[in-house]
Amino acid sequence: MPILRAEHLTYIYSQGTPFQKTAVNDISLEIEAGELLGVIGHTGSGKSTFIQHLNGLLKPSAGTVYFEGRDIHADKALLRQLRFQVGLVFQYPEYQLFEETVFADIAFGPRNMGLDEAEVRERVSEAAAFVGLDGKIFDTSPLEHSGGQKRRIALAGVIAMRPRLLILDEPTAGLDPAGRESILGNILDYRDRSGAAVLLVSHSMDDVARLADRLVVLNRGRLALSGTPAEVFDHAAELREMGLTVPAATEIALALKERGVALPESVYTTKYLAKLLCALREGEGPC
Amino acid sequence: MLKNITLGQYFPGDSVVHRLDPRTKLLWLAGYITALFLANNAWAYALMLAVLIGESAAASIRPKTLLSGMKPLMFIVVFTAVVNLFYGTGEPLLKIWVFTVTADGIRRSVFMVLRILLLVCGAFLLTYTTSPLALTDGLERLLGPLKKLRVPVSELAMMMSIALRFIPTLIEETDKIMNAQRSRGANFDTGKLTERAKALVPLLVPLFVGSFRRADELATAMECRCYVPGGNRTRMKVLKFARRDVLALALCAAMLAAVVLLRRV
Amino acid sequence: MTDAIIKTENLRFAYDAESRNVLDGIDLEIARGSFVAILGHNGSGKSTLAKTFNGILLPTEGRVLVNGSDTADPEKLIDVRRTVGMVFQNPDNQIVASVVEDDVAFAPENLGVAPAEIRARVDNALRRVGMYDFRLHAPHLLSGGQKQRVAIAGVLAMEPECIVMDEPTAMLDPIGRREVLEAVRSLRRGRGMTVVLITHHMEECVYADRLIVMSEGKIAMDGTPKEVFPRVEELLSLGLAAPETVALLHSLNARGFALPLDALSVNECADVIAKALGRREGSSLPGGKIQ
Repeated sequence: MPILRAEHLTYIYSQGTPFQKTAVNDISLEIEAGELLGVIGHTGSGKSTFIQHLNGLLKPSAGTVYFEGRDIHADKALLRQLRFQVGLVFQYPEYQLFEETVFADIAFGPRNMGLDEAEVRERVSEAAAFVGLDGKIFDTSPLEHSGGQKRRIALAGVIAMRPRLLILDEPTAGLDPAGRESILGNILDYRDRSGAAVLLVSHSMDDVARLADRLVVLNRGRLALSGTPAEVFDHAAELREMGLTVPAATEIALALKERGVALPESVYTTKYLAKLLCALREGEGPC
Repeated sequence: MLKNITLGQYFPGDSVVHRLDPRTKLLWLAGYITALFLANNAWAYALMLAVLIGESAAASIRPKTLLSGMKPLMFIVVFTAVVNLFYGTGEPLLKIWVFTVTADGIRRSVFMVLRILLLVCGAFLLTYTTSPLALTDGLERLLGPLKKLRVPVSELAMMMSIALRFIPTLIEETDKIMNAQRSRGANFDTGKLTERAKALVPLLVPLFVGSFRRADELATAMECRCYVPGGNRTRMKVLKFARRDVLALALCAAMLAAVVLLRRV
Repeated sequence: MTDAIIKTENLRFAYDAESRNVLDGIDLEIARGSFVAILGHNGSGKSTLAKTFNGILLPTEGRVLVNGSDTADPEKLIDVRRTVGMVFQNPDNQIVASVVEDDVAFAPENLGVAPAEIRARVDNALRRVGMYDFRLHAPHLLSGGQKQRVAIAGVLAMEPECIVMDEPTAMLDPIGRREVLEAVRSLRRGRGMTVVLITHHMEECVYADRLIVMSEGKIAMDGTPKEVFPRVEELLSLGLAAPETVALLHSLNARGFALPLDALSVNECADVIAKALGRREGSSLPGGKIQ
């Protein structure tokens, strides 16, 4: 059974007024435990609105979200419990820190869950370890740390709830390459060790191409493409039409093909492209 | 939910009132309020009511829109009406426990309610037809002479227009932070009053911290664009009195004169 | 000696007396009319450096000269700020007014320019960044890329000789980023505006005349993009990465190819690889479709 299933999800803003706008239009998808699903689409494609349905922040105008087979809006009390199961990390989460100490900030979610202090303590330590935070900073104010560090604290605050589905909206926005790598590593680490599903919203095609098991592309509120990265990046022209880019490796592969180098359609990581080119050089591939 | 605040909203339009100089409209409002407080009998109130109706017609704002803006103030209106009802002097018409209602009380009560209604609707007409920016601009020019008394009029006007500029940004930010905290189990909507008040802390702290950061960045950006407090600024859009402004101010004077004359009736 | 619009001499800066130097001895000349990109990881001092270019921050030690005027001289401060305009990361926090054209008018109003002249400057600046049609819009309803272009227009209306941009694309999506970079490139056309672009996106530096890499408050690398980017290991050790094109060529070389690493654009990169493979196979490939 998929951990989360969205069926014919539709969301209309300001329904019945002249400003009426369909932000999400009949989207259906499933997320399996342990999988990393990449969501891409330009600003205004509906992806932010879409992900807010998955933990019940928004109620769909039509359609249903099922978490482990149950309609999330069937019961009000369940809805709050769901928020702990489906962890949502917003863009620039470092601007949402508020507690006096790093520990208290990470513990906010677990405490809202009504856990006892020993359990809270354990979860905070575990979450901090996942994102590479040193326990020594627990008693410091979250506001005195650097931007990258604050983002880790915010991420730990969601991981401490031990969500079964972790949703991240642009977790690497504004970070330098080293910071990007390290945050993405933390997320993969959590997925691998907890078996949770991860939904990663990103503008970086290179990142999603490298990390995702499966991709969905949103355009004007609709599900435009979905499949493995290989399948999705096969549609380079369509993606460009939607105002998106393709990974650099795909672009280079396309340029090489124009120059008569025989490559399969679906090249999307630099690593794979390098491997293919080496094979060609050794005369193993058809060229 | 935060996006539904309508108090003091501006409705863009192209009526005569919209096109008046903001200074004219501010002076008009000042004259109108003075007249309201001078009015002391039914005739004067009738005149003021007629003025308001005429004004809203000229601004093509429907009376319904004006009255709907009154809704949040209904409690105050009713409260005033009831209190004034019992404050009259003279022959009691009705006795309820220790309270007495007199003809004078009823008269007072009706006038008081009328006064509040006319006052608030008049002020709404100004904000409905004048963009906040034009309003600050007009205020700055009108208060210009105070600069001689070292009142930092331009700086205050700048502060006001920046505050207006950041209202939508802050509302958006509040929504964002609320959703983020809700996602971690914060509860803003149900529970006891004390619990709800407590839930506001996670909201207010990042909002304040964020506002300071914004203020700091904005100040730097303004400095980079050569802003010097108290400097000699020029303006791209120069306010100019037109014929309609002179006419409007003449009407305002006529209204004041009429109310003063009606006081003797 | 080159004609430098900005010159720093032994520039050091610390936020307070106890903390370490964020800028630690920087000697730099920005040539008039050039396009200089400054790269560096978060905390490398690149943004601090930018803020010394127009006197927002004053050196703790050493000095910064703009057209020969010391930025620490209060008499020259307005002149310096007018010469070197600055655009910041967050477009929301640099827009002052509730209407696009009023915002763009802010700087010339501060400078005491006559109303008719302000009007002309505002219209011109908005046209240059392609935002003229939005002049009566409310800034908070625009997209990130549009807001950032309004911010650029707001600086252009000051008629500066140099624009310093501090990570102007960091908060934007790919479309917004493209819009802003397009605006930057169009500034360069014709008038020869000096542009200093601070970023940590490698791809944005490809078109720069000169690339400076900062680390720990010092200049770690300095040269044309074609000179700097091939130094892949050094970039990685500084917390940065080479553009994907160079990364590919580098990893191919590690597997026995001998490719030049200065093929930065996708087409250049494809050309050198096709050539290497073609020679090996001995076939004639349609190479070199350089755009």
